[in-house]
Amino acid sequence: MKKCEHCSKPAVLHITELQDGSVEAHHLCESCAKEYLTQNSEPESVEVESSLSIDESDDSETSEAAPQEQPPCPNCGITFKEFRSLGRLGCAHDYSHFREELTRLIENIHSEVQHVGKVPKRQPDASRQQFDLIRLKLQLKEAIDEENYEKAAGLRDQIRQVELELRSSSPAT
Amino acid sequence: MNLDVLTQRSGEWLRGTGPEADIVISSRIRLARNLAEFPFVNRASDTVRAQIEDFLRERIEKLQGRRPLTYLRTSDLEPLDRQFLVERQLISREHAEDHGQCGVGVSSEENVSLMVNEEDHLRMQVLRSGMDLDAAWAEINEIDDLMEQEVAYAFDSQFGYLTACPTNVGTGIRVSVMLHLPALVATKEIQKVFQALQKIGLAVRGLYGEGSQAMGDFYQISNQVTLGKSEIDIMKSIKDVVAQILGYERRVRTALVKENRQALHDQVSRAFGILQNAQTISSEETMHLLSSVRMGVNLGLIDDVEIPTVNELFIQTQPAHLQKLRHQKLESAERNIARAAYIRQRLAENNPHTSA
Repeated sequence: MKKCEHCSKPAVLHITELQDGSVEAHHLCESCAKEYLTQNSEPESVEVESSLSIDESDDSETSEAAPQEQPPCPNCGITFKEFRSLGRLGCAHDYSHFREELTRLIENIHSEVQHVGKVPKRQPDASRQQFDLIRLKLQLKEAIDEENYEKAAGLRDQIRQVELELRSSSPAT
Repeated sequence: MNLDVLTQRSGEWLRGTGPEADIVISSRIRLARNLAEFPFVNRASDTVRAQIEDFLRERIEKLQGRRPLTYLRTSDLEPLDRQFLVERQLISREHAEDHGQCGVGVSSEENVSLMVNEEDHLRMQVLRSGMDLDAAWAEINEIDDLMEQEVAYAFDSQFGYLTACPTNVGTGIRVSVMLHLPALVATKEIQKVFQALQKIGLAVRGLYGEGSQAMGDFYQISNQVTLGKSEIDIMKSIKDVVAQILGYERRVRTALVKENRQALHDQVSRAFGILQNAQTISSEETMHLLSSVRMGVNLGLIDDVEIPTVNELFIQTQPAHLQKLRHQKLESAERNIARAAYIRQRLAENNPHTSA
């Protein structure tokens, strides 16, 4: 069992901090954890100040775009930042799209990064097409929202085509 | 399925049989699965959620498992009915609060439930009475295989089964054992158990899972790590730990009887007396007293009631159950009166001495 990083008591709280794409693990005992958590929730102003000071030295126009930030997932549109605030991913493709960041996070949670155990008997080799479907359906919704019906019709045909390919490649039913 | 029928009976997993049933209430295994071709539930629009629900409902209804499943579209149910299903452990609290189309397939014995559109597209669980993880795994594994013939799961060769939250990724398995530990609680030894469990990365929760309080001295012990260990290894770590806790609880029970049999006998008999006679009683007090009675029966100190009845009362005295029973909405004070009346009635009709 890990010891608290601030004192010698046993660590009972394991906190994984996600900040600007970096992952930090803290192992704390109950009293140190309380202190740590109140420290981290209260001085929001400090954080704002420090980020402001960066903004001043930087060109604030470009810093908006956050250059080191991963682009959003092309299929479900989620950004890593959104995932961090929600705690839930948007689609299965996120695991490939954010593989590097997620590997670090998963190692913190599970201490391992490679699955062992049950594997689907039917290997999901059709996954690329399935991810295509997620993306196409999202685009279809956008096209309809924009009232771009010509585009929507084209997308609908593409979706049908991919679905057909999927059905014919799946052994069951 | 008519939910009112369910109020008249209880899940098979409450029958109080199976290995170590004096302490182990139930064994449960759940698997989290997602469909590769849909976004995760939290990212799905209402339309897409409805598509996912339609897609999975159709397949669940056709499933040729050991037990036929009845499908309920939970999003069409009244809040009270959803709460009722939560109390019976057929759906999670998160599922009950969910917005958008969702549902659950349940077996008539209530030991299988397949939740659609919870945090993941599919959350499948099997419940068994007593310490019976192997049987639970055999059944859920079979159901998982059957579902897999019909759908393409989101899977990655590195990360395993992909889940909406990375805390469930890999095997997607949650192995839980519900324990009744009144002696360890009474002697405050339970703290040592918690510390030991935290050391080896196991979670302790109350009767209704995450965030719920440990009412009635019930503790649910489950794995937290889901990746990097096989399902069998995860089950083994739970089994080893449970065996130790069982030994601990039994030793403390024996010591309590030996040191102060009279006081213990008095305590459990008084608890029983209150339950037999109370005219109004809160849920909290009910759980507390039932816990005493349950231990008293298991130690042979009282024999006026049988374990399955006690197990059922823990569930059937919950708020939604009482309201379903009375067919009306009841405020807290009214529920306390209804609860006391129901307990009096059940204890009178189930008394082996009066019915003999």
